[in-house]
Amino acid sequence: MKLVMAIIKPSRLENVREALSASDVHGMTVSEVKGYGRQKGHTEIYRGAEYAVNFIPKLKLEIAVKADQADNIVSIIRNSAESGKIGDGKIFVFDLEQVTRIRTGETGDTAL
Amino acid sequence: MTSIKNKFTAGIFALFAILIFATPSLAQSVDVNSALNSTLEAIGATASDAALENGATPEEATSAANDAISSIVAEVFGDRDAKIFNTLLFLIGGFLVMWMAAGFTMLETGLVRKKNVSMQALKNIALYSIAGLMFWLIGYNVMYGGEAGGFIGSFSPSNFPEAGAGTAEAGYSVASDWFFQMAFVAATASIVSGAVAERVRLWAFLAFTVVLTGLLYPITGMWQWGGGWLSELGFSDFAGSTLVHSVGGWAALAGVIFIGARNGKYGANGMVTPMPGSSIPLATLGMFILWMGWFGFNGASQLAMGTIADVADISRIFANTNLAAAAGAITAMILVQLIYKKVDVTMVINGALAGLVSITAEPLTPSVPFALFIGAIGGAIVVFTIPLLDKLKLDDVVGAIPVHLLAGIWGTMIVPLTNDGTSYVTQLIGISAIGAFTFIASSIVWLILKVTIGIRVSEEDEALGLDKAEIGVEAYPEF
Repeated sequence: MKLVMAIIKPSRLENVREALSASDVHGMTVSEVKGYGRQKGHTEIYRGAEYAVNFIPKLKLEIAVKADQADNIVSIIRNSAESGKIGDGKIFVFDLEQVTRIRTGETGDTAL
Repeated sequence: MTSIKNKFTAGIFALFAILIFATPSLAQSVDVNSALNSTLEAIGATASDAALENGATPEEATSAANDAISSIVAEVFGDRDAKIFNTLLFLIGGFLVMWMAAGFTMLETGLVRKKNVSMQALKNIALYSIAGLMFWLIGYNVMYGGEAGGFIGSFSPSNFPEAGAGTAEAGYSVASDWFFQMAFVAATASIVSGAVAERVRLWAFLAFTVVLTGLLYPITGMWQWGGGWLSELGFSDFAGSTLVHSVGGWAALAGVIFIGARNGKYGANGMVTPMPGSSIPLATLGMFILWMGWFGFNGASQLAMGTIADVADISRIFANTNLAAAAGAITAMILVQLIYKKVDVTMVINGALAGLVSITAEPLTPSVPFALFIGAIGGAIVVFTIPLLDKLKLDDVVGAIPVHLLAGIWGTMIVPLTNDGTSYVTQLIGISAIGAFTFIASSIVWLILKVTIGIRVSEEDEALGLDKAEIGVEAYPEF
């Protein structure tokens, strides 16, 4: 099994969710995060004092998938999340050692 | 459709029938006033007879009778009505100014960070309550129980007439005057709470409030509104640009100096770290609540509503107050856009409030253009002095010092521009005397508190947030 972790622009979430639901993905976890990469921050001004905002709000998606599906999911996410502009994000794939469904105790692929 | 028309017509007929049959019984109740009618007729007859004896024509005699009747009615009822309306003005103005406590609370909670919101709310509840208690306990009599031309009144609690015994001899009821003035003290106290927010210890702040509301405000208030030496000098402060706003501002300035800036606010080489507030909607709501309360603050400071001239003046005050606020807001907006290329909503909020503070010293005599000018300069003052305070490393979280102290000084100084009965010299004397007294006395109190119980929370508590450290209730526990 693999854990696909994608950092995307917040405005692309609905697009990605819709694209994934058409494939064999049954769930995901979304968190609000901040980060930066090549997309730099910007300066803001509050009551006359300038300050740099270095971190930009993003969303982190975590999806557990069967090993042979990982590449397909990555390209679905990539196509639905991109806007062509800097700051679109990145997708990471991790090895997933174990998955357990809490309610039934199932493990492995049946728990995905 | 026809059936509806029919029902409607039937209804109109029924209404007329009721009125025709009811009128005789309505006429019955007029009998209650027949005693009054005969008294007035007698007064008229006396005046008419006297005129005829002096050789007047029948028409002249009738008009003399009418004049006598109307003047006695005006005298008796006019006096009663004036007392009732004056009292009503104090009651309405009083609760409008009380509502400014909500305005201050929303403004301050909106401009502090989430972790300090519960503390700010609690401080405002407490200081409003303390102001009322202290003003009853000693404040009112310190302020109004003194000799003309004096410096301080008497130290005793306020007494109100027993239920059913009030007579309004002074032209208004005693309790309504106490209530109205009490709301003003509370406004002064809450000015301080915003400036020292996010690092002041709750009980130290409340201890300061006890002294401010029981002693400091009533003493300087006595000098002017209590008939003291400043009023004899000719100093003029209609609704309190100096007596309320600058006094609060001086106390806030002393507090800001003695308590120091928030940790991390000022860095090396003049670096300033902004600490944006938690809720712009709350801050804006607070501004509008204050704006509305100000109609009571300035309008009811006319202190009389018993004549047409009075209500016309109050109307003029309402208009000028609103326009000064508007001018302050727009001026701040334009200046901030020009200087920073983006319009910082919090500075515009401060601009509107500064416009209100500026017009408070004289909201009656200016014509609209002058009211706009006075408010506009107030708005400009805050735009330039907010960053200035940061340069001086004076950390005023909500801009209380620019809005209340500096705009208050401006508003008081410019009174002679539209009010012929005042002079710039006496205005300056009043501003300086009250400023010196309040700043020095406040500094002494802050210093005493600092060396005894301490006025600032620990570094860890400041980082943790006052809500967790001193209140135990987070304002937004699920966010």
